[in-house]
Amino acid sequence: MMKNECVNISRREFLIRSTTAGAGFSLGLYLPLSASMTMAAGVAQSTPPEVNAWVVIQPDDTVIIRIARSEMGQGTLTGLAQLVTEELECDWSKVTTEYPTPGQSLARKRVWGSFATGGSQGIRGSHQYVRKGGAVARAMLIEAAAEAWGVSTEECSVAASVITHTPTGRTTTYGKVSAAAAELPPPFEVELKDPKDWKIIGKSVKRLDTVDKLNGKQVFATDLQMPGMLNASIKACPTFGGKLKSFDASKVNKMPGVRKVVRVEDDAVAVVADTWWQAKTALDALPITWDSGPNTKVSSASIDQMLDEGLSAKDAFVGNKNGDVKKALKGAVKTIEATYRYPYQNHATMEPMNATARWTTDRCEVWCPTQNGEAALQATIDAAGLPANKCDVHKIHLGGGFGRRGAFHDFVTQAVSIAKQMPGTPVKLLWTREEDMMHGHYHPITKAKMVGGLDKKGNLVGLHVRISGQSILASVNPAWMKNGVDIFTFQGMLPEGDHEISYSVPNLLVEHAMRNPPVPPGFWRGVNINQNAIYMESFVDELADAAGKDPLEFRRKLMASHPKSLAVLNAVAKKAGWGKPAAKGIYRGLAVCKAFASHVAACAEVSVDDDGNLKIHRIVAATDPGYAVNPQQIEAQVEGSFVFGLSALLYGECTIKNGGVEQRNFHNYPSMLMAQMPKVDVIVMPSGGFWGGIGEPTIAVAAPAVLNAIFAATGKRIRQFPLKNADLRSA
Amino acid sequence: MSKLKINGKLVDIDVDDSTPLLWALREQLGLTGAKYSCGIGICGSCTVHINGKAVRSCIVPISALDASQEITTIEGLSADGNHPLQQAWAELDVPQCGYCQPGMIMTAAALLKDNPDPSDADIDTNVTNICRCGTFNRVRSGIHLAVDINKREKS
Repeated sequence: MMKNECVNISRREFLIRSTTAGAGFSLGLYLPLSASMTMAAGVAQSTPPEVNAWVVIQPDDTVIIRIARSEMGQGTLTGLAQLVTEELECDWSKVTTEYPTPGQSLARKRVWGSFATGGSQGIRGSHQYVRKGGAVARAMLIEAAAEAWGVSTEECSVAASVITHTPTGRTTTYGKVSAAAAELPPPFEVELKDPKDWKIIGKSVKRLDTVDKLNGKQVFATDLQMPGMLNASIKACPTFGGKLKSFDASKVNKMPGVRKVVRVEDDAVAVVADTWWQAKTALDALPITWDSGPNTKVSSASIDQMLDEGLSAKDAFVGNKNGDVKKALKGAVKTIEATYRYPYQNHATMEPMNATARWTTDRCEVWCPTQNGEAALQATIDAAGLPANKCDVHKIHLGGGFGRRGAFHDFVTQAVSIAKQMPGTPVKLLWTREEDMMHGHYHPITKAKMVGGLDKKGNLVGLHVRISGQSILASVNPAWMKNGVDIFTFQGMLPEGDHEISYSVPNLLVEHAMRNPPVPPGFWRGVNINQNAIYMESFVDELADAAGKDPLEFRRKLMASHPKSLAVLNAVAKKAGWGKPAAKGIYRGLAVCKAFASHVAACAEVSVDDDGNLKIHRIVAATDPGYAVNPQQIEAQVEGSFVFGLSALLYGECTIKNGGVEQRNFHNYPSMLMAQMPKVDVIVMPSGGFWGGIGEPTIAVAAPAVLNAIFAATGKRIRQFPLKNADLRSA
Repeated sequence: MSKLKINGKLVDIDVDDSTPLLWALREQLGLTGAKYSCGIGICGSCTVHINGKAVRSCIVPISALDASQEITTIEGLSADGNHPLQQAWAELDVPQCGYCQPGMIMTAAALLKDNPDPSDADIDTNVTNICRCGTFNRVRSGIHLAVDINKREKS
């Protein structure tokens, strides 16, 4: 159990007076959006009094909680507001939220910390300082009331935004004292609550952002309308690394609504028109010549060849090593070897990439869905050619993110580049689905050769994992690599930390032969646990089978030193009835993993008919995220992660031909539908003492649990994905 | 100039008549509840009702429409957001990112009009919208809950 945490607050950190808030408000006034649209889009425009950076309380007791991370469906907006509310002791029914802009944050020395919303970091990366923000505001509000009454703060208590002077029974509300509180110096120290005293953290409160999503009022960036706004449709070179050679604008200049045809950076062309449909229609008619560049011979087959060479190459980076795996395998009574392959996949957010930009010689503003406001601002600054204090980004709720809109702001760069060619005019750039499919930052491709050895009792004596394939960091952020190693490649197989291997293997070697094809990789919900958990959990099942052992018992034996992972595995096994007969024709499979600091497991129940048709009937899932801020939203995330993970398993594949992606839309890049959706039983079992992720971890276990159940049903071990390419008829 | 009947009102739309209904709604009438996602009639994010039937508006050109048809968008589904499906969706916190949800709700509303108490199999057959966040199980529960709300309201 966590003890009371004494937090030292630097006075400077919380020296935020209403003057700076006023500056923030003037930025708000600069928005050309209508007030209602701005509000609906969640863009910051609150009026003072601002008690501190996180908390604004209006005279009617409305509490506005500032949220730096982005809401893209994962519920972080509500969870973060719960954290602040817990310490603030305000009335939850009067809580609303708003996004500060990254420009405001920069002007205030990054008072809101990181805006990055990825790696399941929203809650676990900021719980400490957002709770602190709530606690500091509470202390200032109580002090303001005590000062007004001329009493000691120790005689005052607070609940649901009402401050009571206990000896006299006098009461006041946050709304009445917030203006005075805003003038007080913040306390040097505040104490955060002991988790056992939490009232709203851990409660399944409803999301704060549901109502507008039911009636069409929720404004996504694609819905923005501004006076004088024009619309742009874009095409970038379909070959990776290729450039725009030329285009013949004269062929479309006179088409309805067309205002301008512009070169965008060095690889794209856009048509700007009154409406987007006109822009797209003209772009489809525009003659374009591409300089296809150096990658026209790259294909799925050539990439496979590259990866195959890596599977047996002499040199590789080591991610995890103990004992002497070569010796152990040599001495094994039985060795098992298998090679797996995981394909490129696209994020395919429902809302295609888009951004709206307005550029003048002294200011550039962007409105966009982004998982990282500060990165979007950097992209804006770079493309605008203006100093940082003359740029800003207004975040809008995302129509899905999944990693596509965090590290990459190509769509922002393009929008600014277009707007720069039409000074003073706001331009909304919206990609077609086809553009979105062809210009992703794809889930990287890897293969893995797994070799395991068993002794005569069927115990695992050695395991050698050789991963060959693409590094995300080498392409996206080489600065995060150490000595050339991309540690993310080993997620779920590392010796310790957030992505620790769930097993104790006496002799273990996990390696990565980095092979980077010219297809841009990116962070994709779950990142590398998607394939690594498939490799590990499928192969552990293969080993159990070779040892003639029950897959649960085989795992348990290797998990004595991983009690929390063992606990989630046991929980799903018990709930699913592992060891007891399933209904006729139903077969079960297990998987367990530690990812993004959470312990997760799944037991899938499937059937496969004589024609090889798979039906996933039910998945029992368990997660131990340490602390569970909002259990009903955790359940929603587990179910959602299964849809993402199972869509990938069943259908997800981008193939490469002539240096580009072959898929174009949902007809050849399908996603799972209602009819394929299994029943999901979620066990949320927070054990306390740590903060684990929610949005991503469980994605790891859906696919391997289903694959192991398919093996149980058919005797077939599928090692190449997606399953749409596999014949599942019984072996 | 085309005349259409949208959410009970006659409106004039001045666009090339090859323009899909979706873009006329979004760009001419400011009705942005129906969303663009695939543009080829697969994903269902753009779903509206034409004479009570769920239609993927991204592939219906204005030329195929006239004022005799009743077109309903998410904005016109209920007077104040109180359609049984909207109530059920709020009760169960169905949406995640929410981008596909107007289409999801319009699809479900058309289903309930034809079939006031659909089975799971009926839902599987009729609700073929894509949701990448993965709200399917809550969508299913939401449809069943809306059936209950409907019955309660009628009794």
